[in-house]
Amino acid sequence: MTAIDIPSRNRNPAVRQLIAGLLRLFRGSPFFAASAIVTLGFLAAAIFAPFVAPYSPTFQDSAAFMAPPGASHWFGTDSFGQDLLSRVIHGTRYAFLIGFGAVLIGALGGLAVGLAAGLIGGALEWVLMRIVDALLALPSLVMAIAFIAILGQGVDKVVYAVGIALIGPFARTVRADVLQVRAQGFVEAAGLMGINRLRIVWRHILPNVIFPLSVQATVRISEAILVSSGLSFLGIGVVPPTPDWGLMISEGRAFVSFAPWMSGVPGAALALLLIALSIVGDGVRERFDPKLRTNGSGSK
Amino acid sequence: MTPTLAKLAETAPPIIDRVQRDKLLRLSNVNLRRNGRSVLDNVSFELMQGETLGLVGESGAGKSTIALAAIGLLQGAGIDLAGEIRFADHGNLLELAESEWAKLRGRQIGMIFQDAASALNPSYNVGRQLGDPLRRLLGLSRPDARRRSIELLESVGLNDAEARLKAFPHELSGGMQQRVMIAIALACNPVLLLADEPTSALDVTIQAQIMQLILNQTRTRGASCIFVLHDLALASQTCDRIVVLYAGQVMERGNADVVLRRPLHPYTQALKSCVIELDTVTLTPPVGGIPSLDGMPQGCRFAPRCPRATAKCAAFTPPLQSLEGRHVACWHPG
Amino acid sequence: MLFQALQKVLQTAIVLLVVSVASFSLLKLAPGDPIELMLGTEYSPEAHRSLIMELGLDRPAVEQYVLWIVKFVQGDWGTSYVSRAPIFQYAFVEALPVTLTLAVSALGLAILIGVPLGVLSAIRKDTVWDAGAAAFALTGTAFPSFYLGILLIWIFGAYFGWFPTMGFVPPWEDFRGGVYHMILPAITLSTYFMAMIVRLTRANLVEVLEQPYIAAARARGEPNWRVIWLHAMRNVLMPLVTVLGLQLGTLLQGAVLTETVFSLPGVGQMITNGVLNREYGIVQAGVMMTGGLFILMNLLVDLLYPVLDPRLRPR
Repeated sequence: MTAIDIPSRNRNPAVRQLIAGLLRLFRGSPFFAASAIVTLGFLAAAIFAPFVAPYSPTFQDSAAFMAPPGASHWFGTDSFGQDLLSRVIHGTRYAFLIGFGAVLIGALGGLAVGLAAGLIGGALEWVLMRIVDALLALPSLVMAIAFIAILGQGVDKVVYAVGIALIGPFARTVRADVLQVRAQGFVEAAGLMGINRLRIVWRHILPNVIFPLSVQATVRISEAILVSSGLSFLGIGVVPPTPDWGLMISEGRAFVSFAPWMSGVPGAALALLLIALSIVGDGVRERFDPKLRTNGSGSK
Repeated sequence: MTPTLAKLAETAPPIIDRVQRDKLLRLSNVNLRRNGRSVLDNVSFELMQGETLGLVGESGAGKSTIALAAIGLLQGAGIDLAGEIRFADHGNLLELAESEWAKLRGRQIGMIFQDAASALNPSYNVGRQLGDPLRRLLGLSRPDARRRSIELLESVGLNDAEARLKAFPHELSGGMQQRVMIAIALACNPVLLLADEPTSALDVTIQAQIMQLILNQTRTRGASCIFVLHDLALASQTCDRIVVLYAGQVMERGNADVVLRRPLHPYTQALKSCVIELDTVTLTPPVGGIPSLDGMPQGCRFAPRCPRATAKCAAFTPPLQSLEGRHVACWHPG
Repeated sequence: MLFQALQKVLQTAIVLLVVSVASFSLLKLAPGDPIELMLGTEYSPEAHRSLIMELGLDRPAVEQYVLWIVKFVQGDWGTSYVSRAPIFQYAFVEALPVTLTLAVSALGLAILIGVPLGVLSAIRKDTVWDAGAAAFALTGTAFPSFYLGILLIWIFGAYFGWFPTMGFVPPWEDFRGGVYHMILPAITLSTYFMAMIVRLTRANLVEVLEQPYIAAARARGEPNWRVIWLHAMRNVLMPLVTVLGLQLGTLLQGAVLTETVFSLPGVGQMITNGVLNREYGIVQAGVMMTGGLFILMNLLVDLLYPVLDPRLRPR
């Protein structure tokens, strides 16, 4: 047991830095502020959906099939008479659920694989990297489709499928970060001092990898939502009558010429959220990514 | 004369008798403001045909800016350039339209940049970069341009010139890259050559060679050269005239030996004392640094660092007065 | 340089191998008994057993894999349960050309419009053009392509009626008809890339234009258009191609969605139908094709690097 321990990043100032950074972003760019507000708005809709939505998402109003936007149904209804506004609001829930869930799976899986690939070294690392390459060979959507083929349809299956499909990209960034941290002097020094390998990983490598990973995760939420909507649009994602935006767009497709709001409304919601998330993600990445690389790893 | 030089002499401007040389370049009251801040303040000096002039000063003094202005490459938003830069019989360069610059750049005025490695396009080989101006500006055919390129490369001291044509910049050493740049700058025989710190990025051992090369080349062609330098010693060895610049203001100017043998401006004196001579041990370099663009003093800009400064210096900018065979801008020269 | 190229090819082959293993496992992991599906509703235990032996499904997994990969490489991709037609015919001969036509048109459109727009944005930096291009770049990368497709169908297909909204006409048979049917899908698919190209071109060009060799070129009297297109853009190509190469997967992904929107009988639709009909052989073929295509394209891009950047060539 060594008495000396090399000080790693002190985590409390980091959290304060995080908040300070976010606030600076807010004040700096009106676009970022607007997008953040929009995103939070969607998030609020997701959380409070049952209280905000005027109707139940599966309530079929027999008096109004495919009704255009009007007084009783602000965004109109679909071919089953279901209120679009309520379905869009509830759809926010599913979007975030799937988005967060898939990113969580992808990030954790990517963390494991990336750490392994970056630390093991030798022939095993080479093999692992080829597997990661293979994982990356398929675009996320195609891989998700393949997994749906195995797992079947449904909200949870979509989360798993998209999540697994995201492991590849996450693993790649984690591995790059691990390699970068390894190249820093203090890791080698710790090894030379005889500090337990696992402890090195836990105290030194992990903190420096987690932050960029979180930044990546924020950026990939929109990708997860996009892919899952795509799956539902193709008809192999969630099952009706789940109020998923992709599914709704697909349902409205046949009626585009005389009931464009059926696809138009959920699509607009999807586009709006994705654009807002994209701006927020860009801002977060710009602020935190390069900074992290110089902060945690000493001189660069 | 070697066949190369003979050929060069054919296209070179005539070497005019030293007594009757024409004024080639004349800067009068050149003022440059960038985003409201003064970068150049009333800069004036002249250059005769066939002369070499050294523009000497610390980093940030504005020397490179003057060179860029003389070739019309000062870019960027918020640039406000006033005054006159008269070149030969082309009038005031500052009033030149972009289409007229096309006739001057490369043909009449050439420029050598500081870091040859980044001043050569990494995607094209030497032959291409050298041949382009020859074909476009001089109208040479491809085989003629190739022959001329080889001659140029040989004249700047690169042996195995034919093989060098196919080389890419990253395959050459620093000294070779600089030679290539010199060859390109001189390709169309300009009458004015601007050399922006041509040896700063090179090893000390090659510096002298390159400076000598540039000097030889300009002298043979009867061209003039403005060296932008921060090394006073180098300037003293190579230049006929010297202009000492500090924070955008001309401090002293005149013939090199006159100015350097007995400098009258406190800044020039301080610079001279920085040159380590073999028999002196004590150094008295000027204290402090060039003021930032935001905090430019009102009067003489060297006043904050000057050992002889008085209240008058801080309030009024001294004009350039003729004194002892050169011009000095100082209230307390000597 | 040859050694490097060979190394890359070897790596590629290994990755392809891994993808094939994954595809093969897909079939094995999928629920449902393929024998049942193939034999239909009524069959005897003997027919069941004999079919198993015929297909070699009683052999160990590794042997099955080897058999499968050997057959696959020779072009025997199995038969579709539903249509009784050879999958190879369906996938490679019929579906792939459709997807490729779409992908190539979209990429071509994206480059044709995106690059000049990016250049304009860079040389008119911080003006209204630049801001507009930036806004386009931002929305273009985030906007869901299948929604865009539906919007285009609504506006140009249903409302104005200018373009057909579904179906594929091979341009090599009927050029005009082919183009008409391809316009809306190509626009839909190209938007993401156009936006990306605009952003990348602008960023890289701005950086390149600040380099000393650009000033040096101007000092030699090069006219502005040459400075930009011959001196600057030549050095923008490399980073542009790098990032585009990484995005090829997204291109295929977008193609899948676009095909569904416009009912184009390409690989995307094929895979989707395969999943819905539990035709795992088709899904397998689709995954292999997509993965293989993607890997091969990456290899091409990799091999292209030394051509683009002389600094990567052997000394």
